Amino acid sequence: MLQARDLWKAYGSKAAVVGVSLDVAAGEIVGLLGPNGAGKSTTVSMLCGLTPPDRGTVTLSGLPVADEASPAKRRIGLVPQDIALYEDLSAIGNLELFGALYGVKEGLADRARAALELVGLADRAKALPQTFSGGMKRRLNIACALVHDPDVLLLDEPTVGVDPQSRNAIFDNLEALRSRGKALVYTTHYMEEAERLCDRVVIIDHGKVAASDRKEALLALLPPDKRTRTLVRDASLEDVFLHLTGRDLRD
Amino acid sequence: MTPLAALVRKDLKLYFSNRRALTITLAAPILIAAFFGAVMGGPPKKPTRVPVAVVDLDKSPVSREIVSAMRADSTFELQELPEPEALALVREGKARAAVVVPAGFGEAAPRALFAGGGPKPGIAIHYDPSQAMALAMVRGLLAEHVMKAVSLAAMGPRGAGGFVMPFTTDTHEVTGRVNAKYNGYAHSFAGMGVQFILFMGIELGVGVLLMRRLGIWKRLRAAPLSRGLLLGSRIVSGTLIASLLLAGIYAAAILVFGVRIEGSVAGFVLIAVAFAVLTSTFGLLIAALGRTPEATRGLAVLATLLLVMLGGAWVPTFVFPEWLQAATLFVPTRWAVDGLEAMTWRGLGFEAALAPVGAMLAFSAVFAAIAIRRFDWEEA
Repeated sequence: MLQARDLWKAYGSKAAVVGVSLDVAAGEIVGLLGPNGAGKSTTVSMLCGLTPPDRGTVTLSGLPVADEASPAKRRIGLVPQDIALYEDLSAIGNLELFGALYGVKEGLADRARAALELVGLADRAKALPQTFSGGMKRRLNIACALVHDPDVLLLDEPTVGVDPQSRNAIFDNLEALRSRGKALVYTTHYMEEAERLCDRVVIIDHGKVAASDRKEALLALLPPDKRTRTLVRDASLEDVFLHLTGRDLRD
Repeated sequence: MTPLAALVRKDLKLYFSNRRALTITLAAPILIAAFFGAVMGGPPKKPTRVPVAVVDLDKSPVSREIVSAMRADSTFELQELPEPEALALVREGKARAAVVVPAGFGEAAPRALFAGGGPKPGIAIHYDPSQAMALAMVRGLLAEHVMKAVSLAAMGPRGAGGFVMPFTTDTHEVTGRVNAKYNGYAHSFAGMGVQFILFMGIELGVGVLLMRRLGIWKRLRAAPLSRGLLLGSRIVSGTLIASLLLAGIYAAAILVFGVRIEGSVAGFVLIAVAFAVLTSTFGLLIAALGRTPEATRGLAVLATLLLVMLGGAWVPTFVFPEWLQAATLFVPTRWAVDGLEAMTWRGLGFEAALAPVGAMLAFSAVFAAIAIRRFDWEEA
């Protein structure tokens, strides 16, 4: 569905992205992993038409994702790394605004309510985001990218600073979207998130694709004596935490 | 709802939902304009008497007549004192001037009235240099009273009451209507309205920088919206907000302070809208040139205060040196203040609004062009 071919981007003399290519199919979550400054956010910016590449193309079902008012941008939802919400507009007000900006006219209020329902904030529709917890804001941040029902969702580190309950709820939301046939690109620092969610993983470092494949195939890249480390642990501290504190949202 | 309508509606909702900030934005210009209007012209009022001290070292009938005439003059609030006390009063700022009639004046002055009659005696006027405008008035009225007293003494009974001014003056204020009194609030509300609405323009610009910092700008840019629509919506919402604020400020000026649109109402509306456009493009310029919200706000406030000061919002431009008066024609706020005054107390017609409107729209076009050219669209 979403195709990036040979993307290049430099800021001054510093190369941020060097020849990145990737594909995301419908009903698939692709993880974009990499250390800080690896070029993940720049890649996401180019995928959604926010930053024009110096070279290379991005297409969505064959349509170019160009800068400005490209029609293909209507089919993409972006969840920025920052909590990009108007704190003085109600939750539903934020959703209706971003829906209108993507050209949603018919049934905007219904779509906004559905997006709130999906992220578990239906009962806080009229509340201001400034009264929300960090986890609730993160979920509303995702809902704002879903209100126009995009085919592709780009998530740039959407779980930074949230509690395990909210993170778990976000994962459930994303898995539900995948099952509806959406294509998702998920940028993260957390390997366990990628392991749980992603069908395929693209590892970026120094602006280049270091590896791109399914998790099992990536594990095969390790020397045999180093693979055991990934196999010995069948439970994590997070599993214990969720077991003791439950999976219910606390907002 | 179209994207443009959604963006404008959002801006208006966010601006007007902050009741406390809105109250301050409206109350501050009204209160300050009320103060300036009251002290610099204000509404039609009774003239204030000028405190003056007189020192009579002569004690002659002529000097007594002069003192007596000054005391009877309603322009003066006269105190007759010994010389050291009179000078002390001027030094303390409690009297504008001290007039000292020297000894022998009553004898020498009538002789000096005629050519070849002897040396002219001098009357010393000690004045407060911070109130120098009063000197001309004191000097003029003193001349009238001295001429009358001295001519009476010189001509005796033939003088029949001494020399008097052979004419009277009849003064008329040239304002919007015949017999209408000048209302100083018309100037102060124009000045303070312009100043505080430009402050609102700064907030519009800083708002874009804050949106960038919070990542909201990135989200807006990710939407299928053209750059023209994104910046244009800020101009539209800024223009609407500035127009509504100006309407609120002038509503108070009209209802409470008696300011009237004596000239063309259509011209006034056009000038208000042109100034609102100027404000919103000024905000856009700030957004384009600014880096961080904090640093930008400080610099923008300084620039605005300079613009407002040079535009004649604090004191009328006629008190500026001539070269500065000419230079301020290149200051957009000068056109705003002059235009609003032209339509209010000066009572000029619609055609007088065209030059200020044209100038403000030209400045707006320049601001918008620089803003669009310098705006940083790159998102890392």
